Amino acid sequence: MLTTLFASDFVSPKVDYHAIAPELILAAGICLVLMVDLFVSEQRRWITSTLAGLVLLVATLPIVTLATSGHVSGHPRSLFDGRYVIDNFSLVLKALFLLIGYVVVLLSTGEIEEGNAYPGEYYVLLLSSIAGMVMMCSARDLVSVFIALEFLSIPSYMLAAWRKRDSKSNEAGVKYYLLGVFASAVMLYGMSLLYGAAKTTLLSGIGAQITATGRLAGVEVLGIVFVIVGFGFKISAVPFHTWAPDTYEGAPTPITAFFSVASKAAGFVALILMVYIAFPQARDVYQPFIWVLAVLTMSIGNLLALRQTNIVRMLAYSSVSQGGFILMPLAVAGTKDAAGSSLRAIMVYLVIYAATNLGAWAVIIAVARKTRSGEITSLGGLFGYAPGLTVLMTFFLASLAGIPPLGGWYAKFGVFRAVLDAGGGWGYTLAVIAAVNTVIATAYYITVMREMWMKPAPDGDVTPVRIPPSLQAALAITGIATVVFGVLPGIISRYGSLTDLAGAFGH
Amino acid sequence: MNTLTSNNWILSLGTFLPIAGVIVMMFIPKQEEALIKGVAILTAAATLVVGIVTLCLFKYNHADLQQFAVSTSWIKPIRATYTIGLDGISLPLYILSMVITLLVMIYSWNHVPEPGNPKAFFALMLVLQVGMAGTFIAQDLILFFVFFEVVLLPMYFMIGVWGGENRQYASLKFFLYTMFGSALMLVSFIALFIVTKGNTDPNGSFAFTWFEAHGSGIATNTAVWIFAGMFIGFAVKVPMFPFHTWLPDAHTQAPTQGSVILAAILLKLGTYGFVRIALPFLPQAAVKWAPFIGLLAVIGIIYGALGCLAQTDMKRLIAFSSVAHMGFVMLGIATLTPLGVNAAIFGMVAHGLITGMLFFIAGSVKDRYHTLEIRRLTGLLKQMPKLGWILGFCAMASLGLPSLAGFWGEFPAILSAYNPLHGEGLPFGGLSLPAFRTYMVVAAIGTVLAAGYLLWLYQRTAFGEPNPEFVVDTHLAHSAGAAANPHDDEHVDIHDVGIYEWIAWTPLLVGIVVLGVYPQLLFKVTDPAVTHLLGVFGGK
Repeated sequence: MLTTLFASDFVSPKVDYHAIAPELILAAGICLVLMVDLFVSEQRRWITSTLAGLVLLVATLPIVTLATSGHVSGHPRSLFDGRYVIDNFSLVLKALFLLIGYVVVLLSTGEIEEGNAYPGEYYVLLLSSIAGMVMMCSARDLVSVFIALEFLSIPSYMLAAWRKRDSKSNEAGVKYYLLGVFASAVMLYGMSLLYGAAKTTLLSGIGAQITATGRLAGVEVLGIVFVIVGFGFKISAVPFHTWAPDTYEGAPTPITAFFSVASKAAGFVALILMVYIAFPQARDVYQPFIWVLAVLTMSIGNLLALRQTNIVRMLAYSSVSQGGFILMPLAVAGTKDAAGSSLRAIMVYLVIYAATNLGAWAVIIAVARKTRSGEITSLGGLFGYAPGLTVLMTFFLASLAGIPPLGGWYAKFGVFRAVLDAGGGWGYTLAVIAAVNTVIATAYYITVMREMWMKPAPDGDVTPVRIPPSLQAALAITGIATVVFGVLPGIISRYGSLTDLAGAFGH
Repeated sequence: MNTLTSNNWILSLGTFLPIAGVIVMMFIPKQEEALIKGVAILTAAATLVVGIVTLCLFKYNHADLQQFAVSTSWIKPIRATYTIGLDGISLPLYILSMVITLLVMIYSWNHVPEPGNPKAFFALMLVLQVGMAGTFIAQDLILFFVFFEVVLLPMYFMIGVWGGENRQYASLKFFLYTMFGSALMLVSFIALFIVTKGNTDPNGSFAFTWFEAHGSGIATNTAVWIFAGMFIGFAVKVPMFPFHTWLPDAHTQAPTQGSVILAAILLKLGTYGFVRIALPFLPQAAVKWAPFIGLLAVIGIIYGALGCLAQTDMKRLIAFSSVAHMGFVMLGIATLTPLGVNAAIFGMVAHGLITGMLFFIAGSVKDRYHTLEIRRLTGLLKQMPKLGWILGFCAMASLGLPSLAGFWGEFPAILSAYNPLHGEGLPFGGLSLPAFRTYMVVAAIGTVLAAGYLLWLYQRTAFGEPNPEFVVDTHLAHSAGAAANPHDDEHVDIHDVGIYEWIAWTPLLVGIVVLGVYPQLLFKVTDPAVTHLLGVFGGK
């Protein structure tokens, strides 16, 4: 055994450096920000954030060149024996994660520096987490999926506890860490079962093995369920959501925005990879399981959101419920008619949800600079002293509720379309449950609108809100994206067709 | 289907022009109130001019065809198209929406309700106009859905910000009801698209023509369920009994302008949806549902009338009368005959003019007396003879006096219930004669009740001596009284119809008379389109 190992010459794998250029730029950028931060003085802290933002933008350049190089469509670039694949699916999501990261940097700029809270380390951890997400998009192997997941999670645990003198922030970090590690352990156990059954860690190999035996073995079922549960924590699906509201409330608000959008999206990316590449033959297992998760997540998330008086907690539960909607297509993804529209629906939902939710957080950050409060009532009278912010927030909330012509309607449309494409009693039932949930969700989004438009300012303080330029940029980006996605959804719905995901359903 | 595509820029221009006005208004500072109002009214006027040009270019001998039609791709992956067009059914409602918006804005010149902020108020009205006009020209289900929903938020804010004391409750109720309906409606639309194989057929799309061609081929059992989703979506908007409970609250709390737009146009989006979408796309289900719709319609007529008799608030009374009137419209639609649907469309326009007018009057009464309590209002005719007479005129029109517009909505609707779709050889079967003839009798009783509640309202408010609490000695009011109590909200300033009111009201009053005397003006336009649309039922 040992002799054969030593006898074979180690052949270094051929690395397509163009293909992994975004990851390389991020890695270099992480080092650069860390080094530069050592040498800038307190007064020049803005350099760090600017540099972090630049790194993220530069990393999107190779994505553009890869997408236009023509090699990707139809012929995905595959590295390390198919364990790391750059296809259209991964490129779109990588670009999404980098842009989310950029907006989060814009949101953080004022917040973190004014708090004198180690901006250098903050941006390094943020970039690391984004690097993990970018890797997740291309990972096609249990090991690389796991590494990407840990890479994106571990910096998040620290970021959640960033306001270290605040006990709530400490609670946020600890809760997130403990439950995150627990979820990782469950998932790892599931992965080991899958490896034991399929004797390979390659996702497509697992997919092929599950077919080969003709029927599912008990160990495979367990493996699938554990893996889904593990990611269920990451996307805060009910009943694995309990960490989310406390973590969201305690973490610095830009990080909350980051968690509610990027971390969640990364969890969904992993779930898509599993469902489409590793489990295509196991739909009898994952479909009912995800169906139940989706129904529970959207309904319970909504009902809890209705009761919240704190805007951060309300948006936390709202994002739990939105997660339920994103899960919907996965519950029918194995049905032949719905596989394509399901993938498209999730991709479109993730993009639109990212723009809208980041926008909502940006408004909350802007308003909290004046009110220093997270209560919904603190938004009272906003229309009187900050009409622009009010209109933007109305757009974002209406988009989250799915009211045309703002982006969210198209996201909702896509998930309805997917489950109805699947048809059958399960599909129609899910659609009707989701329709009822849309109305419940509207009720709490409306509460916020009512506060802003119709109530007086709680303390009578109507001095205008001063918004720093970086926050204005974030508001502009997310606001324009929300409106444009709603009026011309065609520009994003081109992405996410089944052929974009190399290896989906054994293709 | 044949379409006429000449001058096809005009519909998009007419629909989206108000957006340009909103953008201009965004850059005007909030303090320049007169400028803001001017720009808004100018935009609405320009939109109406485009509408009038549309009226002139419309080819009346081809009223059954979609004219000024545009059909381009919009969201390719889901096969939603930007297909628009205008036929004899859409034309009157499209123009009505433009007229009402302009008149409401003129009325608002010196009637911006509390808490002010004309910039937002006028901008919301312009956005509303985009949604309303767009709904009437959309010839694609997704486009229709988007426009249908665009009106939701502006109306929510109009009620919620500028409304009466109980405005927050009323606006929330309005919003949630409509949202519930439209969520189920969207599910139905997508289900219809998938069941007709619109997603796999190479020619499939969300365009109306696709569903007109393929909707009737769906198995009846499936179609009945898809119809159910649409029914809830549209019935909430109409509103039909038992989905009507949001309406009295919304109307009572809304500012005058909101009430007028709500009554004149927004309610019609629901009935228009039935005529344009539910009936022709799913005729097999429509035949099954029609007796049920007819039943709810006559329940609405009687319930609305009884509700009116019980009201103590003038505005709430008018709101309940809307429930009754929309019952007549729905009864006409439920007969599935050209006569009934023609009557329904006439009823929509007539109700828009008359009830819009009644809400204007209610608003003006509230402005002067600060109350709408019928018990406290007496002697309008003595105190404000012009307003009193206009109220009497509109009450007569509303109760369906022949030679005024309201008559031509109600009478043919009742008549059509005598002869609903029935006979031999109909592709989807006919309707039960006894059931509809019973509805006819009940609806006829409803008109008697309508005369009852409207005349009683008029008698109580207009006749008799003015209520002493509102009779102000002019000397006192202008010297000591006003000076002593300058901030008194209850300060009563009774004056007759003002100049802005005259400008806003005259077109409506003229319209009521003209359509009443010469109903053919409207029937001539709608009939070809209605006959064309209902051809699928095979009736006469």
